[in-house]
Amino acid sequence: MNKIINPQREKTKSRIAWTVAITLAVIWVVVTVGPFIFMVVNSFRDKKMMGRQGVLHFPDPWYFQNYPDVISNGFFGYFFRSLFIVSISLILMLIISSFAAYPLARMKFKLRGFLYAGIVAMMSVPMHVTLIPVYQMTNQMGLINNLFSLLGPYVAFALPMSVFILTGFMMTIPSEMEEAARIDGCNKYNMFFRIILPLSKAGLSTLAIYNAVGMWNEFAFANTFLNDIRVKTLPLALGAFKGEHSQDTPLILTVLTLSALPTVVMFIIFQDKLVKGMMAGAVKG
Amino acid sequence: MAKLQGMAKRDARSTAIAATIFLFPAVALLIVYMVYPIIDTFLISRLKWNGFYTAEKINVGWDNWKTLIQDELFWNSFLHNVILMVCSILIQIPLGMALATFLDASGRKSNIFKILWFLPYLMSSVAVGFLFYYLLATNGGLISGIATLVNGKRTMVDLLGKNPHALYAVIGVVAWQYTPFYMVYFIAGYSNIDTSLYEAAVIDGANRRQYIFKVAIPLLGPIFKTACTMSLIGSLKYFDLIWNMTQGGPNHGTELMATYMYKTSFQKFNMGYGSAIAGGMFILITVIALLFQKVFVVKEDY
Repeated sequence: MNKIINPQREKTKSRIAWTVAITLAVIWVVVTVGPFIFMVVNSFRDKKMMGRQGVLHFPDPWYFQNYPDVISNGFFGYFFRSLFIVSISLILMLIISSFAAYPLARMKFKLRGFLYAGIVAMMSVPMHVTLIPVYQMTNQMGLINNLFSLLGPYVAFALPMSVFILTGFMMTIPSEMEEAARIDGCNKYNMFFRIILPLSKAGLSTLAIYNAVGMWNEFAFANTFLNDIRVKTLPLALGAFKGEHSQDTPLILTVLTLSALPTVVMFIIFQDKLVKGMMAGAVKG
Repeated sequence: MAKLQGMAKRDARSTAIAATIFLFPAVALLIVYMVYPIIDTFLISRLKWNGFYTAEKINVGWDNWKTLIQDELFWNSFLHNVILMVCSILIQIPLGMALATFLDASGRKSNIFKILWFLPYLMSSVAVGFLFYYLLATNGGLISGIATLVNGKRTMVDLLGKNPHALYAVIGVVAWQYTPFYMVYFIAGYSNIDTSLYEAAVIDGANRRQYIFKVAIPLLGPIFKTACTMSLIGSLKYFDLIWNMTQGGPNHGTELMATYMYKTSFQKFNMGYGSAIAGGMFILITVIALLFQKVFVVKEDY
């Protein structure tokens, strides 16, 4: 016998379900946004007021001096050094990985399978396994406390996944395009620059976003190679400020707010594109 | 005929040359910065060495490895990695899935939820570490502040200062940061499901809830596997957040393999033993990842 569905009861049930779901959703909003509010609101507080007013009280009066203090203590130095090394690494990485992906996707040669498998296997290598030897190499090259020490590791560690994704992307380009170009007298090198590379733009832009975020946030290599405060990158700024002003919570929260700002601004401008780019790492490892 | 063969041969040769030229920079970089360092880590692990290249390197054979196998601190760190791994899979993935399901079921009007829920993932691990270091602080922290308000008198909640709850506080923070990642991941999973399946389910008399639980979630199976693999590898090599939040403390209560390795190598300058830890970490991660893959592949065959 079929159960008789009472539409009225179904409707109430669904309404209750939605009320519960929305309540939980709002609770999760509080959990995700709460820490941000704590961060931003307390960056407008005088450190002497922190203990007296407690964190739940709005700053009284609102104190704006933390921001000029952080900026005059070299915040933009950290920012532009990060921007500089990330830009160079990113451009180099995109060139090298698209170079490597082209033969893996579009040519038949002996070591193809072996090289592809080898590169894919390197996607999950933890950086700590390479850290000591890479540190020694950097040291021998005299690059400790030099921003360029990060170039090699940043490019190399971004390569496996980028090559993997670009190879997959280039494989989807229809071979008719290549045939037509070949008949017109295009050789393998021109083929790459005239046909394959322009058609891979979408894949490249996704990878650019993913790796830019990764390199922008990179900590362990930078922390190992850069000890001098004059060459440190943005992720190290927090530690440097904390080292000097460990008791000044509002000041550190100001540094945090400022360093989170670029990604948040990017998110507001590009939203779905940025999210898509940041998710490029979600590949079978 | 001979001419044709000659052409084919020449073509294969020119392909090989082109492939070599295009692949050379990537392969060279990967050898210099990955393959060689991995080998070198295992070589250094047989030395007693403080890392300064003018200093004496003493070959101690397998001593570092023998120490490592008996090193309680290392196995404790590994245990913390495993706890982090299990909790990450059990918290982040179901939670991300639930959030994605809510967003999928409620459609475009819940876009504001999607934006707000994504925010934590915009911060770097370093920033999250610092933020929660101050947020969970006994003095001027948010949790202590709320506890004071609820209690009506000055109350301190010391989540990061004592074991074992320091580890669970850290796990909570990690979940806070990474849940949005899995949320977006499952949103993509839902949107990849063919709409005709939904239409077919509706024609068959299914409501939205039945569609989600009986059709959509079972279809997300393969995506689950990938999400678990990512979470697994990620948890085993975790470093940035812990290093900036607790430095593995208090009393090694939140120590992970990576933080232990970093401390040994770059604070105590015991590079030989540090390399052994790194090598052990590499072996453990590889074995666990392969085992995990294998177990899942067997399941898929049925």
